[in-house]
Amino acid sequence: MLCLEKITIKQGDFHLSANWSVAAGQKLAIIGPSGGGKSTLLSTIAGFVVPQSGRLRVEGQDVTATAPGARPVSLLFQDHNLFPHLSVAQNVGLGLRPDLKLNQAERDAVQSGLERVGLTGMSGRYPAALSGGQRQRVALARALLRRKPVLMLDEPFAALGPALKAEMLDLVDEITRDTGATLLMVTHDPEDAKRIADVTSLVSGGVAAVPVDTAELFANPPEMLRAYIGS
Amino acid sequence: MADRAQQIGLNWASPLAGFLPGFLAAGFLVLLSLGTLAVVAMNADGLGGLGAADLAAVQFTISQALVSAVISVVLAVPVARALARRQFVGRRLLIVLLGAPFILPVIVAVLGLLAVYGRAGILSDLLVWLGFQRLNIYGFSGVVLAHVFFNLPLATRLILQGWQSIPAEHFRLAAQLSMRPRDVMRYLEWPMLRAILPGAFATIFLLCVTSFAVALTLGGGPKATTVEVAIYQAFRFDFNLGKAASLALAQFGICAIAALMAWRLAAPARFGQGLDLRVQRWDCAAAHQIVFDFCILAAVALFLLAPLAMVTVEGALGLPELPAAVLPAIWRSLWVAVGSALLTLALALALAQAVAGLTGRNDRQAGLLEAVGYLSIAASPMVIGTGLFLFLFPLVDPVALALPITALVNAAMALPFALRSLIPAMRDVHQNFGQLADSLGMSGWHRFRLVIWPRIRPAAGFSTGLAAALSMGDLGVVALFADADTATLPLLLYRLMGSYQMAAASAVGLILVALSLALFWGFDRGGRAYAMS
Repeated sequence: MLCLEKITIKQGDFHLSANWSVAAGQKLAIIGPSGGGKSTLLSTIAGFVVPQSGRLRVEGQDVTATAPGARPVSLLFQDHNLFPHLSVAQNVGLGLRPDLKLNQAERDAVQSGLERVGLTGMSGRYPAALSGGQRQRVALARALLRRKPVLMLDEPFAALGPALKAEMLDLVDEITRDTGATLLMVTHDPEDAKRIADVTSLVSGGVAAVPVDTAELFANPPEMLRAYIGS
Repeated sequence: MADRAQQIGLNWASPLAGFLPGFLAAGFLVLLSLGTLAVVAMNADGLGGLGAADLAAVQFTISQALVSAVISVVLAVPVARALARRQFVGRRLLIVLLGAPFILPVIVAVLGLLAVYGRAGILSDLLVWLGFQRLNIYGFSGVVLAHVFFNLPLATRLILQGWQSIPAEHFRLAAQLSMRPRDVMRYLEWPMLRAILPGAFATIFLLCVTSFAVALTLGGGPKATTVEVAIYQAFRFDFNLGKAASLALAQFGICAIAALMAWRLAAPARFGQGLDLRVQRWDCAAAHQIVFDFCILAAVALFLLAPLAMVTVEGALGLPELPAAVLPAIWRSLWVAVGSALLTLALALALAQAVAGLTGRNDRQAGLLEAVGYLSIAASPMVIGTGLFLFLFPLVDPVALALPITALVNAAMALPFALRSLIPAMRDVHQNFGQLADSLGMSGWHRFRLVIWPRIRPAAGFSTGLAAALSMGDLGVVALFADADTATLPLLLYRLMGSYQMAAASAVGLILVALSLALFWGFDRGGRAYAMS
């Protein structure tokens, strides 16, 4: 359970408010025009942006003042998810220990994580030798190993082609099912939301709207969503 | 801004402790430059204590710096233009050569210049053969010649950067509009030059004002003495500390004005940044333009290479004349160079880490720290040396500390150049990987070991190599403090020149150049080895 209790964010002229919650294991798509604050919302939940007021709770625990590394969330950025000077296995291993001093059991866990995302045998490679999709798979493997109750995606698949993106979303779907994690996914493509999100929140005009059922939302779009998708 | 800084600003994973070394380093630098100045001011006889000879030194300092800077910048324009618009085999090499004077020990360059333009130089030999008199470059002309030798390449690199900042599309547009060379100059090149030249001029003026070794070796008598040399003489020959302190105050004033000018005007220069980009041009295919460009490039190459070639040849011939004192001097120089380079690295890392970490959180503090790091570009080594001497004199024998003090001052002098490559590298790490490292809970030593160091290692190696080479070749503070038992290689070389043992001096010069280049190459290579992009 992720609760945003009367959260308000203010950065210069920009402001955003949110007051809603998502049940554990639910998949939430965050959609809306660029500059509306979708990424800022995720950054706030991840601890990079401090809200001006309000509380943030994950599984009942108040994390409003917790450091990013200590929060029960994993965030995948659009890029720079991997350290280019570390191998695939090291990048994944950081999810288990931030000092990379792994024991045998942890090294085995890294290998099975890579297997799970379809990168068996790639552990010695460096990010430069991987395709864009493969790199995001490595990041997913790390998120899988961290086993945080909330997984957030800040458009990490935006640069991939449609088929590859669908494949990655299906992988995310499977992983969150396995781990029971709550998923928050920023996207500008309604198709992404329809593909895996149970509920969708429209972020526009300074408000992150209360999430509603994705199918219903697109079947009967409100004015602001119609303006965004242009129908 | 403060409002926004607070928003993004709580330092989660890198708490204030991460910036503490940066603030400590800054405090140390302020103490070294301004603290020594305070000691100097307390001991000075006052500016009224300066005599006619001292005022002549002030005048000479300013006039030689003005002339050197003007000549360097004016000559650099056609050289940079030729490099910007011509493609030829060896272009890269020529650009590398333009970087060489930076790590070339000043005293060795002087030796090379004397071998070409001096009384016994090859040019004089040629003139005698043609029935003219021998040249005498001691004095104003020699100082300016040496300063142009060092700063023409620097000016060329700065201006070349300007040329390459003009987008290729603009030249295509000019071709479509059938602009003549004159129009290209007026609409594309002149606006760029107007933006770049004042900064290049101010930077070089500042470097020439604080230059010591050139004026010491090529200046002639009281009419051609810079303030830096006058401080040294008041100190070393007259042991008149009050007068040295007064001169140091005057020098600080000149430097402060020059630095302020450079700071207002200078565009930030960066080393080795994409200087070999090529832009296709359509406005310079005329035969006379091509001939002109290649003539000027050949002239510059000759101007830079002739002294270097002479040093190499005469040095090799002089090797049998090497004095026994050279071996201990080599060891001392290596210790000073490596120690000072490592100190530069430590200071630069601490400052760059704090500057990069504070950027966007507290921009004012970040700017202040950065400014302190660049402070020593305007500081005069002689002023710092005088201050340290006055401070230490009652406590210990300064001569006993000659080498540590030299290493310390050299480290501070090399710092601005180190910061110029380390701060951007550190900023890149913070921007691209800071949030990722935060979200993975990486902090402290492990963050440095796993994230920061691997990414900045090439910049760190380059900076350390630069600092080591600069310190290796430095003839400055060491001349103030050291005696025969603590002489470094450049000082030994200077003494040999002073006693007209030119063959031995050339041999020492060759060893000095080789060691400086080897240190630079070694650190730079070490930084880049196994670097992952």
